[in-house]
This record gives sequence, C-alpha cells and structure tokens, in this order.
Amino acid sequence: MLNDLPILSIIIFLPLVGAICIAVQRQDEAGIRNARNGALWTSMFTLGLSLFLWFGFEKGTSEFQFVERHPWIETFNIHYHLGVDGISVLFVLLSTLLTPICILASWDAIRDRVKDYMVAFLVLETLMIGMFCALDMVLFYIFFEGVLIPMFLIIGIWGGERRVYAAFKFFLYTLTGSVLMLLAILYMYLYTGVTEIPILLKTSFPRDAQLWLWMAFFASFAVKIPMWPVHTWLPDAHVEAPTAGSVILAGVLLKMGGYGFLRFSLPMMPLASDFFTPLVFTLSIIAVIYTSLVALAQLDMKKLIAYSSVAHMGFVTLGIFAANTQGVQGAIYQMLSHGIVSAALFLCVGVVYDRIHTRLIERYGGLAERMPVYAVVFMLFMLASVGLPGTSGFIGEFLVLVGLFKVSTWVAFLAATGVVLGAAYMLWLYRRVIFGILTREDLKSVKDMSWREILIFSPLVVMTLWMGIYPNPFLEIMDASVTNLISQHKAALAAFSESSLSVATR
Amino acid sequence: MEFINLTPVLPELYLACSGMALLLFGVFRGPEAYRTVSWLAIVICLGAGLLLSLGTGKTVAFGGQFITDDFARFMKWLVVLGSSLTIVMAISFNRRESMAHFEYPVLILFSTLGMFMMISANDLISLYVGLELQSLSLYVLAAFRRDSLRSSEAGLKYFVLGALSSGMLLYGASLIYGFTGTTSFSSLANALPNAGSESIGVIVGLIFLITGMAFKISAVPFHMWTPDVYEGSPTPVTAFFAVAPKIAAFALFIRVMSEPFGGLVDEWRQVIILLALGSMAFGSLAAIWQTNIKRMLAYSSIGHVGYALIGLACGSEVGVRGILIYLAIYLAMTLGTFCCVLAMRRGGNMVENISDLAGMSRNHPLIALALGILMFSMAGIPPMAGFFGKLYIFVAAVDSGLIALAIFGVLSSAVGAFYYLRIVKIMYFDERQEKMDHPLEPELRVILTVSTAFVLLFSLIPTSLVDAASAAAKVLFAG
Repeated sequence: MLNDLPILSIIIFLPLVGAICIAVQRQDEAGIRNARNGALWTSMFTLGLSLFLWFGFEKGTSEFQFVERHPWIETFNIHYHLGVDGISVLFVLLSTLLTPICILASWDAIRDRVKDYMVAFLVLETLMIGMFCALDMVLFYIFFEGVLIPMFLIIGIWGGERRVYAAFKFFLYTLTGSVLMLLAILYMYLYTGVTEIPILLKTSFPRDAQLWLWMAFFASFAVKIPMWPVHTWLPDAHVEAPTAGSVILAGVLLKMGGYGFLRFSLPMMPLASDFFTPLVFTLSIIAVIYTSLVALAQLDMKKLIAYSSVAHMGFVTLGIFAANTQGVQGAIYQMLSHGIVSAALFLCVGVVYDRIHTRLIERYGGLAERMPVYAVVFMLFMLASVGLPGTSGFIGEFLVLVGLFKVSTWVAFLAATGVVLGAAYMLWLYRRVIFGILTREDLKSVKDMSWREILIFSPLVVMTLWMGIYPNPFLEIMDASVTNLISQHKAALAAFSESSLSVATR
Repeated sequence: MEFINLTPVLPELYLACSGMALLLFGVFRGPEAYRTVSWLAIVICLGAGLLLSLGTGKTVAFGGQFITDDFARFMKWLVVLGSSLTIVMAISFNRRESMAHFEYPVLILFSTLGMFMMISANDLISLYVGLELQSLSLYVLAAFRRDSLRSSEAGLKYFVLGALSSGMLLYGASLIYGFTGTTSFSSLANALPNAGSESIGVIVGLIFLITGMAFKISAVPFHMWTPDVYEGSPTPVTAFFAVAPKIAAFALFIRVMSEPFGGLVDEWRQVIILLALGSMAFGSLAAIWQTNIKRMLAYSSIGHVGYALIGLACGSEVGVRGILIYLAIYLAMTLGTFCCVLAMRRGGNMVENISDLAGMSRNHPLIALALGILMFSMAGIPPMAGFFGKLYIFVAAVDSGLIALAIFGVLSSAVGAFYYLRIVKIMYFDERQEKMDHPLEPELRVILTVSTAFVLLFSLIPTSLVDAASAAAKVLFAG
C-alpha cells in the first residue's frame, strides 16, 4: 500500500501546506504560538515521512526509486517527474533533518514577525526537497531558483546590520549564474526534445556542445557551491543571516551546487568535464588554501566558519572531478558531513550570540569555565570540521584524498595542506573562545546550554559520530549510483578517445 | 455587386455603435453619468469579447482589407481584458480626483475599437486608419486631467511624438506602395517571397514602418516618450497605456512582420535584434535609478518589450507563441501592479515615490505580499508566471539559433532583477512609515487578487493559455 502513495510529493508539499495553515493564523500571541508549534510539527512530521525513504530505499540499484511521473506542460513535453537515487536520497534526508533543527533554534531568537519567518522556512523546505527530487530539468530549475525567494527574505528581514547588502548580493550572484544554466537547459531540450533527467543521462551530446553546456552549468553551480573566486557572497550572507538561515545555507543550499555537478555536469557532459578538470582542480586548490588562510585572519566567528565552508566545498569539487568511485563517494560524504557539522558550528555560534550578542572572537575567552557542556559540544564539531578520525569529517576528506591521489599526487598533496590549515584555524578559534581565563564581566554570569539547546544538538552529535564510526549504511546507499555514474563516465570517455583515434588513423 | 459579408467585423461594428450610443447617453445624462457610463462600457467590452468568441476560422472582409483569425481573436481578447479592467480601475480614482467625466470610458472604448482595427488590419491603409483611431483617443486620455501641468505635458508630448512616428509609418507605407504597387498584405506577401526579391526602396520603406511601430510599443531608441507619459498621465490611464495599446501594437507588429514581410525575415531580423538588445539593456539599467514608481514601471515595460521582441526576431511560430504567452502574462502582472500603485495614497493624496512603500509589509501585509509576488514575477523568478513567459521566449530564441541574443537577454534579466528586488526590499526590509489611507476599493481588490493568483498559480495550469497561444501563432505561419 505504501508503495502506491506519492511519497515524494507528500514530503515535498507537506511543508507548503503547513506554511499555508500558518499564514492564515492571526497576528496575536496565540497566532505566534500556533506558528511556532505548527512549523515544528510540520517539519517533524516531514522528517518522519522521509524516514520511509531511508528504510524503503532499495540498495544495490542505480535506478531512480519512488518515481512519480505525470504530464505537466504537454505542449513542451515537460513532465512532473520525481524520483530519488542513491545520490539524492541522502540530501533529501539532510534537508528534512535540518529544518526542524532550524525551527527549534529560532524558537526564542526570532521575536519579530514569527509567523512570516516560519512560513518562509517551510516554503524553503518544500523548494529544497523538491530540487533534490526533481527528475525533470525545468522542474529542477524552478525549485533551484525558487529557493532564492525565501532565502532572500530570511536574510533581508531577520538578518543583521548589513542585511540588505548581503541579501542582494546573495540573490543577484546566484541568479546571474543560474540564468545561464537555463539557456543550457533549453539547448538540451531542443537538442533532444525532452527535459527528463533519466533520458538526458543516457544522451550523449557532441563534444563542442558539451563544452558550452558545461560552462553554462558551471556558472550556476560554481556560484552556488561556491567556488573561488565567486564565493564572496557567502561570507556576507552567512554573517548577516539569522542563525537558522546560516544553518540552512551552509547545511543544504551549498549542497545544491555539488548535487548539480553530480547530476548534470559529470554524467551529461563527460567529455567537457574531463576537459575542464584542470580548471576545477586549480580553482578548488586555490579555494582550499586561500580561503583557509583567509579564515585564519577572521575576527568574526561566523565569517571564519563561512570561509571554512568554502574550503570544505573545495574538497567536494576536487572529489567530484577526480571522477573515480572514492573521490565521488568522498565528495558526497563530505557534503553530508559538512551539512551537519557546519550547521552545528553555526548553531554553536548562535548559542553564544543569543547570550552576549556579539560574534567577535576577541569578546570571548574562557567559556569552558562557565559552559562546560557547550565546550564539549563545540569541541566535537570543531574536531569533526578538522576531520579527526572517528568523526564524519574524516571519512569524507580521507576518501576524497584517496580519490585524488589516484588522479594526481600533486593535487592530493596540495589538498592535504588544506587539512593542516583547517586544523590550524579551527583549533585556534577554539582556544580563543573556550580556553584562557574568563576576564569579561558579562561572561562571568553566562549560563550553560539549556535543555532546548541540548535537544537541538543531540541529533547532530549522534549523526556526526555515527557517520564517523560506522559509515557503511550511508556508503551502501550511494554505492550503486556512484558506481554507475563512474562507469558511464569512463565508458563515454573511452568511446570518445576510440572514435578520435579511429579518425586519426584513417 | 456582391453582398458584403459583415460577420467578420461584427465585434467592431458593435463597439463602434455602442460607443456612439454611450456618448449620446452621456451627453443627455450630464456630468453625473460617469459611474453608469463606466459600468455600461465594461458591459459593452465584455459583449465584444463574447462576440469575438463566436467567430471561428479565418475570414476576410472589405475586399481583403480586414481579416479575423485565431491570432486576431487572441490578441483582441487580451486588449478587451486590458481595456475593461482599466475602466474598472479608474472608477473610484476618477471620482476621487474629480476627473469623473463620462468621456473617459467612451474614449477608452473608441481606442479599443482602433486597436481591434489594428489587430485585424490586412492592408497598409486599414492599418494606418486603425492606428490613428487608437492614437487620437490615447492623446486625449493622456491629458485627461486638464488642469494638471504634468498631465497636459504628457498629452502634448505624446501627441507630438506620436504624430511624428505616424508620419514615418505613413512615409514607409508610401515607399512600399511605390516600389511594389500594392498595399494589401496578401499581395505584398506574394510580391516579396524571399530575401533578395525586393528592391532597396522596399527595405527603406520597411525600416520606416518598423520605426513607426517600434515607437508605438516603445522599443529603444524610440522610447523617449514613455517615462514622461507614464509619469504625467493619471495613474489609471498609465495602467491602460501599459497594457492595451502595447498589446495591440505588438499584434500589428507581429502580423506585418510575419505575413507581408515574412519572406524578408533575414532582412529585418537584424533591426529587431537591435531594438530588442537596446530595450532590454536600457529597460533594466535605467530603471535602477528611478525614484518614481510610475517612471520605474515605464522602464520596466520597455524591458518587457525587449524580451517580447526576441520572440519576434525569431521569425518563427515558436517565437510568436512565446510573445503571445509573454503578453498575456505581462497583462496580468501589469494590471496587478497598477492596482498596488493606485493603493498608494496618504492623507488623501496619491504618493508615487518608491520610498513611500516603506513598511508596507507591516501596515498592509496583503498588498505587500501581492506586490512582492508580482515583482518576483516581473523579475522572472520561478515559480511565478513571469518566469514561464521568459522561458517560452528563450526557448524560441535558442530554437532559432539566436544564442547570443538569448545570453544577453538572461543577463539583462538578472540586472533587471535588481530594481524589482528593490521594491521588495523597501516593503519588507525598511522601517515602517505611516499607513496609507484605507487602501483598496473592493473592485481593485478583486483585480489584484485575481491577477496575483494567476501569476502565482500559473505553473499549475499553464496548458490552456499555451494551447490558445499555439493555435493563434499557427495561423500566421500556416501558409
């Protein structure tokens, strides 16, 4: 019976239904309470439903599962086509896991326009999940772009001092990238007559077209993930966004870029991906080293973590374009791990920000004395970000480095320096905030984490350790899809070199 | 002599007769007849719409001067919607601003009749007659607030520049007639089967013709009048200008370019591309610095014209379909937006500065929400309707191989997003100002709700509009 239910549609649109119900609440005390509770329960329920995907997912096949397909714009042969495979299902779960955490984290922090805030978050959840499930490129694009609207509002309405600047920068950067992708999508549609991803995955485009298409997609995903030198919107957006906004931005929105590379660039444009690999490697290496150095110099905690995100995403692009099983698996794992760890780090910043109302590192120090629980939690995620064995960060980075080593030792070497620098800035951050002597007056009376905060962090702690100690369940889910992706990629490259060889010998 | 079959022109005859009857009615009832005349005019418009939907197939009248087909019916429907809704939008405004003269709806009716003639013109002569009938009513409407300096200036400016462009159009038409010996569209199509078959005089004439029509749709570089006329005219008149005449002129433009001069597409395509590039770039850049919302909307409409022109530059059925869908969506977005502009009233006076919108999201959350949705739609952000409009246009552009134009188009739409976002920013991010006066009359509320719902939910039911537009575009390229 369960199989007949359009489970993906339900997961996608349940938050939207919740949002509509919240939107019609009144603007009084009761309405605000209803908004908070309604948002929490909706997102919890969505999370519960998404667990069906986890348990019902059939491992060992690279086919799309839970597929729904209905004609939508028949004149253009566009379909409402949903489905998940081993790559996307984990991101769906990541989104459904982080949304209730965000809502809980905003419980007391957001006091202004609570109703609108909850609506924006639930709409955002709908769009995020929809994007990972979409199997039609136009549908994908709609969700991909639609995400900008609620995020723009979240940064702009509930953000910090320079929120307007940050919101505009975020919106216009990502929009400019994605409109080029739209043209590429249209070209692919006119070339094949379809917009459905499963069919396009099996289409091989001419090499010249691939190069242009790849660049158009790259413009979109490179901004989204973000890669150096188009990463500059990210620190601004992170610093100005409210805590939960940063969490969802780092946790899920950045992953859209990586997901895009995996879903479109690598499998649909294998020749171009191969051609542009040196470019991606160069940019990623610069990102890893340069942004790590920049992170060392930051005075603002959120900004530091934002730059560390860029560095970590550099690892992801390195892994993806290593184009071997370890590299890609590592990249996906790194994205999941970063989704949880960086989300948790932003929440950690949020915890002290809610108390002292500053994010400047120098305003802190010696917190271990007053906030032992906080110190432990922060330490765990700090170490996971560094990539300590036993935490989720290690598995991802290790696999990426293995994959890179098979391609180029130099690239692997340079990437590994990023790990060292990562340890430097994170440990230094931790020392300055948590250790030392507690001298500031206002810190002397600071309280440790409340029960609500511990509740927020506990699933993230569990996930970080689980993914670090026993990664198999996650790797098994993605295994078949990744293997298929890589073998297709290799086959396409081999076919091309064979054909060009035969032309040369003729 | 054969009996003249008048069935194809039934809607036009009906409009002309009822327009004159309404004029007489107004004269006899005196100044207080405004409200009655308005509602009667709306009923007449809807009646014309009904008559339109009775017609089927392709028929000509008046010895081939007049044609009705699916394309004409589609465009006339859009025009009649635009006209009747802007009459509705004007009712309370005109009464409040002591402009409640019964001539107002009558003038709109006559210009609608002119637009009908333009859309159905199948001859350079009937084209010109229709165009002038429309324009003369529009000049008067622009200056309708007689005692306002800005309104009179707008009317005069519109008249002088409009007369100039009509002259150019006429000059072009005479050149074309001189070099081909015919004014009929179907004979022109036969005389000019493909590029190279024409003499240089026809090309020069065609350029003049294009100039005249580009003026009417306010494409860069013939847009100069638009911001001033938009700003100076009374707001409901601006709303009317922004939709109905543009749509009618576009219909004319499309028909002229695809039917008589369809064979010469390689000759005129470059001109249209230049117009499109200029309009898109100028529309998105110049709007950024505007402080007056009506001026900003003028530049925004120039930008929209640029996108629609991409579809024309394609010179294909897909391109025309793109334009038709785009214009239908543009109609809904523009009417909704002007409802919001009409709601901007403080202390009994209209306010027109964009900064006056500050804090709308707190004072009037529903209007702010609607305007926000409309702005995102204008910027072309999915899942709003505006995105689909652009999508269909860009499909056509890529299909015709105009990739560079399409790239320029998407990039300028990203630039243009900035000023639409600025409105959202002012409404949602900025500190609140004092409230507007009791903002929206019931009839405006209905229009705003319907247009916003259309824009928001378009993605759920795109098929019917797309199908109608496909059918309409098909007849132009049937044979």
